[in-house]
Amino acid sequence: MEGGEGKRSWLRWLVVIVPYAWSLLFFLIPFLIVFKISFSASAIAQPPYTPVFGLAKGIAGIADSIRQFSFDNYVWLTQDSLYFRSYVSSIVIAVVSTFLVLLVGFPMAYGMARAPRSWQPTLVMLVILPFWTSFLIRVYAWIGILKKEGLLNQFLLWTGLIQEPLTILNTNWAVYIGIVYSYLPFMVLPLYAALERLDQTLLEAASDLGCPPTRAFWQITWPLALPGVIAGCFLVFIPVTGEFVIPDLLGGSDTLMIGKTLWSEFFNNRDWPLSSAVAVILLLILVVPIVIFQNQQQRAAEKNQ
Amino acid sequence: MIRTSRFNIVSVVFGLVFLYIPILLLVIYSFNDSKLVTVWGGFSTRWYGALLTDQPLLDAAWVTLQVAFISACVATVLGTLAAVTLVRFGRFKGRTLFSGMIYAPLVMPDVISGLSLLLLFVAMGFARGFWTVVLAHITLSMCFVAVVVQSRLVTFDRSLEEAAEDLGCPPLKTFWLITLPIILPAIIAGWMLAFTLSLDDLVLASFATGPGATTLPMKIYSQVRLGVTPEINAVSSILVGLVAAGVLAASIVTKRREVERQRAEHLAAAAP
Repeated sequence: MEGGEGKRSWLRWLVVIVPYAWSLLFFLIPFLIVFKISFSASAIAQPPYTPVFGLAKGIAGIADSIRQFSFDNYVWLTQDSLYFRSYVSSIVIAVVSTFLVLLVGFPMAYGMARAPRSWQPTLVMLVILPFWTSFLIRVYAWIGILKKEGLLNQFLLWTGLIQEPLTILNTNWAVYIGIVYSYLPFMVLPLYAALERLDQTLLEAASDLGCPPTRAFWQITWPLALPGVIAGCFLVFIPVTGEFVIPDLLGGSDTLMIGKTLWSEFFNNRDWPLSSAVAVILLLILVVPIVIFQNQQQRAAEKNQ
Repeated sequence: MIRTSRFNIVSVVFGLVFLYIPILLLVIYSFNDSKLVTVWGGFSTRWYGALLTDQPLLDAAWVTLQVAFISACVATVLGTLAAVTLVRFGRFKGRTLFSGMIYAPLVMPDVISGLSLLLLFVAMGFARGFWTVVLAHITLSMCFVAVVVQSRLVTFDRSLEEAAEDLGCPPLKTFWLITLPIILPAIIAGWMLAFTLSLDDLVLASFATGPGATTLPMKIYSQVRLGVTPEINAVSSILVGLVAAGVLAASIVTKRREVERQRAEHLAAAAP
């Protein structure tokens, strides 16, 4: 810091400290509390758990309470197969739907990047606009379409493609449709950003040298689009793994997803310590993808600088 | 001229139809006279009329607007400061942790953030209600604001600031007179994003709320669980209309500003 004016450096540090302190207090510390409470026993009280430790008794108190840590919640998670099945099924649904979103999103982003220049801002706007409208409402809109006497069945019966209405709502199919629909912009936008920068002359050169289009795609377009693909996949995979609204509204009673399990453990069974343990395990599953995502974002931001 | 293949056109059109059909159907059926949501019974605005007499719903809408406005304003200030920190402060101690705390909430499942915030509020002895929902929304949306503003700051021409400082302008004044006006479109976009995130959020609000603070998404959610009703279609259509109008207006304004700025830069460059 040049100048060395006291006032200036004081101001500089204020800029850092305010958001830093906010994030520490409301983002990081809460996780430590979740971690702590996942080790306490549930109790019929307000709040419904026995405290693990208070800071009032100092270091000795902390050491004392660590001895009282209870692993009961974690043991319980391994004993009831519901939790294991929820985790596995969440990850399977997240992987499959990330792939489906990529399958729908890639041709769309590619088409947008190849559209006439003057159209592109409008196309981007059209992809962003639904993303701004309420997530809940967009999921809700599908209920009217997918239910037994819903618009999709009416349409399919009218065209004569099917004789009997299909059961789609309250199955995993509906969950996949809901996820692909809700998360499509998260995939299309980073993909478009990567594809739009792609130098068209590279493909022209490949074709001039006799490279068939499919090969040119895999050797040129795909590697250059890869950062966008990775960013898009993480933006879809991580939140979908813990998704609650879509499986709750569109899925059936047999749709197991960990976000739904956590929610019912918390709101219906009021078992706060157990839901904390569920959250801690989910966080452990997601920590690697989150760190990769964060590093990638940081690198991308620094590259632009 | 780039040749646009048929495949490209089809995939873009298919994608856009897929994105818009559900919303369009929702809006159309909000004007349905029939009480059966999926049977068309003629055009009617009765469900919009019914909304006006639904006092709990109106109360929830008012709470939601207040929460969204307050949280968007605070989140915009905090997010802008965070973006300045990330872009302008180089590698200070604890930067990795800070950028982690900005990027992680973007993808963190809502149920985890919601639960952890609630447990914090309980541990700190906060009375849960309106203000805890506001705090939860600030915490989430400041990260989105930070990312939006950051992307504008990194493409920013620093020589303008350096010129001002060389001419003896104090840093704070430089920020107000040079930096802020240039990053303003990003700040406005960040504010709008924060506002709609708050308007939209169900999960964080459900965890963070307490007695007397029911937001519109919570109200919609509890009614949707009982089934699709034309009234919810009407509320949803109003929300969709408001957001669409706001976003379009903002994009037109920023576009015009951008065009003016480019013209000014062009003139400046052309001047001898």
